[in-house]
Amino acid sequence: MKTINVRYFALFRERAGRDSETVETTADDALALFRQLTDRHGTDDPRGHCKVAINDVMADWDSPVADGDDVLLFPPVAGG
Amino acid sequence: MSDSEIMAISATPINTAALRASLADVRAGAIVTFEGWVRNLNEGRDVEALEYEVYAPLAVTEGERIIAEVQRDIPIIAARAVHRSGALALGDCAVWVGVVSPHRDEAFRACRRIIDEIKVRLPIWKKENYSDGESGWVNCERCAAHAHG
Repeated sequence: MKTINVRYFALFRERAGRDSETVETTADDALALFRQLTDRHGTDDPRGHCKVAINDVMADWDSPVADGDDVLLFPPVAGG
Repeated sequence: MSDSEIMAISATPINTAALRASLADVRAGAIVTFEGWVRNLNEGRDVEALEYEVYAPLAVTEGERIIAEVQRDIPIIAARAVHRSGALALGDCAVWVGVVSPHRDEAFRACRRIIDEIKVRLPIWKKENYSDGESGWVNCERCAAHAHG
């Protein structure tokens, strides 16, 4: 098991009802972690329209997650 | 916002005149600027106000990366961009991009590419408040519908 700090933004934060949480997980990558949280927060498959960052660096959904990582989950962006 | 910031997030109104002046350069034959304004209609709904949520640490680094990519590909002298955060009213300037270059074609192309990339890459979310009292996250409603359906 690893301990990951997950941070939520915009719609994800509203849906989760919190800014962040610490989760215990066996997920190997960002997508697996997201899917594990899908069960908890009712979110959809993120690929294509949502983004993820790990430790303040933009990442891919197949990027590995490690113990102690800060994983930021971004719903579809809408700047401009 | 300091004079030297290439990409900035501002919680207060964007001073477009100061930004434009900061790009003054005797080598420049052209300046192209873009301003995105808050409008009263989106996807058929009457918008009364909106709010931008910005994750500033990554919005700044990603914006700097976009401008560096454009400067690598297009021979311009300089470019800067600012995006608002927080509550905005109709008519407010939500985003500003400015580019200076020796000739106009490079400035037009660079400005267009920077704003296009800002819209799809920066961690910024827009929540619109509608005249019927409802509100919604732009671009998020489809995935929200999925989740609840």
